[in-house]
Amino acid sequence: MDDLNDIYNDLIMEHSMNSCHKKKLGKCDFCQMGHNPNCGDEISLEIKLNGNVIENLAFTGHGCAISQASTSIMIDTLIGKSIEEAKEIVQTFIEMIKREETNEENLKKLEDAIAFRNICNMPARVKCALLAWHTIEDILKEKEAKNEK
Amino acid sequence: MNLKQDFPLLQNSKITYLDSGATSQKPLQVIHAVQEFYEKYNANPHRGAYTLSMEATEIYENTRQKIAHFINSKHTEEIIFSKNATEALNLLAYSYGMENLKNGDEIVLSIMEHHSNLVPWQKVSKVTGANLKYMYIGSDFEIADEEIETKITDQTKIVGITHVSNVLGTINNVKKIIKHAHKKGAVVIVDASQSIPHMKIDVQDLDCDFLVFSGHKMLAPLGIGVLYGKRELLNQMNPFLMGGDMIEYVYEQETTFAPLPNKFEAGTQNVEGVIGLGAAIDYIEKIGYDTIQEIEKEIVSYARQELSKLDYLTLYLTPNEANHSGVISFNIKGVHPHDVASILDSQNVCIRSGNHCAQPLMRFLGIDSTCRASFYFYNDKEDVDRLVWALKKAYEMFKKYITK
Ligand SMILES: Cc1ncc(COP(=O)(O)O)c(C=O)c1O
Repeated sequence: MDDLNDIYNDLIMEHSMNSCHKKKLGKCDFCQMGHNPNCGDEISLEIKLNGNVIENLAFTGHGCAISQASTSIMIDTLIGKSIEEAKEIVQTFIEMIKREETNEENLKKLEDAIAFRNICNMPARVKCALLAWHTIEDILKEKEAKNEK
Repeated sequence: MNLKQDFPLLQNSKITYLDSGATSQKPLQVIHAVQEFYEKYNANPHRGAYTLSMEATEIYENTRQKIAHFINSKHTEEIIFSKNATEALNLLAYSYGMENLKNGDEIVLSIMEHHSNLVPWQKVSKVTGANLKYMYIGSDFEIADEEIETKITDQTKIVGITHVSNVLGTINNVKKIIKHAHKKGAVVIVDASQSIPHMKIDVQDLDCDFLVFSGHKMLAPLGIGVLYGKRELLNQMNPFLMGGDMIEYVYEQETTFAPLPNKFEAGTQNVEGVIGLGAAIDYIEKIGYDTIQEIEKEIVSYARQELSKLDYLTLYLTPNEANHSGVISFNIKGVHPHDVASILDSQNVCIRSGNHCAQPLMRFLGIDSTCRASFYFYNDKEDVDRLVWALKKAYEMFKKYITK
């Protein structure tokens, strides 16, 4: 039960049920779908860039509280960051979930997203927490591939 | 009668197991039968001339007879062992569907079919040009007679119907469907995966052409299933898988096949599964379907009643109790089933959440997923109370955040 209250805390609940980032951007540079076929979670991420900086990010879709909150909190964290910073943050989040990164200093850059650090105690839900982060990883890779062309 | 005593897993853990629709727990009698097979009789049936192999063959074939008797099939060779219901349905799609359907024919399924009785038919439809049609449900989560009569037409060659829905618990009127389909000249495949754990199946009384089920939902081990087919139909069909045991003479370029049932049992079979299934049948027969139904009726009625009292739940449930088996799908309005299942899990209540391998049904209902509690005779009213208590807890956690 402690794990549960740890995960279903106010921050996560607020983000999952009433996210200000859940909307369409209208104009965007990249759009990417992510889904977990097993549980039916489905999100669509939209990103608007200004040069090398993530000017805006938004999502639509549906899923459980954990996938929705994780998406919303990720967006909170990444808006205003440079592509390079974003890549690092995403990498760190994924490593935190896998328990590969435990250094408190390094985890600070995750800001609110650190709230998911104990999700590994609920293995059935790890995928939910990671959905948005893997989706943005794909976007960033796509962007990189475009730059190299 | 404390039946939970026979189930070590339920004894050894403090869980409330409400996912028997996914797979049932196993009684000691089944576990012991499997162990005894390996301790005393393990050999490859049909392949040795020595006593041990003969004994293994005898146990294997005796179980076939037991199953034939259990579902009242006319001939023992009408019972074919498979890996599970899914494999049996694929066998039918390939060895019957692909070979008998042509452009313009129709396959009629119900919208509540499990993917295993749906995806193979999409493939048959794409390859043969037959049209795939669905019988839909009404607001009572049942298929209306009219729907049966209008969808199954003179063009219909195959009807696939689940006896009991693994999502809604609806008991379909398969007898009526079979009668109508036969009038139109179609063969009917009954998916008994969710019915045979709970009710007597009599294939001659139903007059179904084919019937499939998995053992693991009816106390038997994982990985063993049964295909029943009318002998004259099975005889006309070509083998599905090819290899050892299913042949008669093999030449360099040609092969003749073994007669039923071996024609459809290629390769070394899951003998421990067959033995376990035999023990499961013994167990069910010892308790008796009458008693099973009596116990389940009481629990399920109680669950219907208690869950109906929670006004924040949406229930996907026929109002007609007589047509409802031990599966109840529901949602806490505004809360995702996956979250509900996690919170219930923290209270040691095991329910399933998701689309239950029935995405077309979910889409038809306009939802992504549900929570599902499914009951078996080893459950009791206390299990229902724990479910309700845990649901209250989940609702309390989410209440202040739910946006209407
Ligand atoms: C109605 C129904 N049909 C078919 C299946 C498939 O069973 P299996 O996965 O054992 O092949 C299931 C079980 O999940 C089911 O509930």
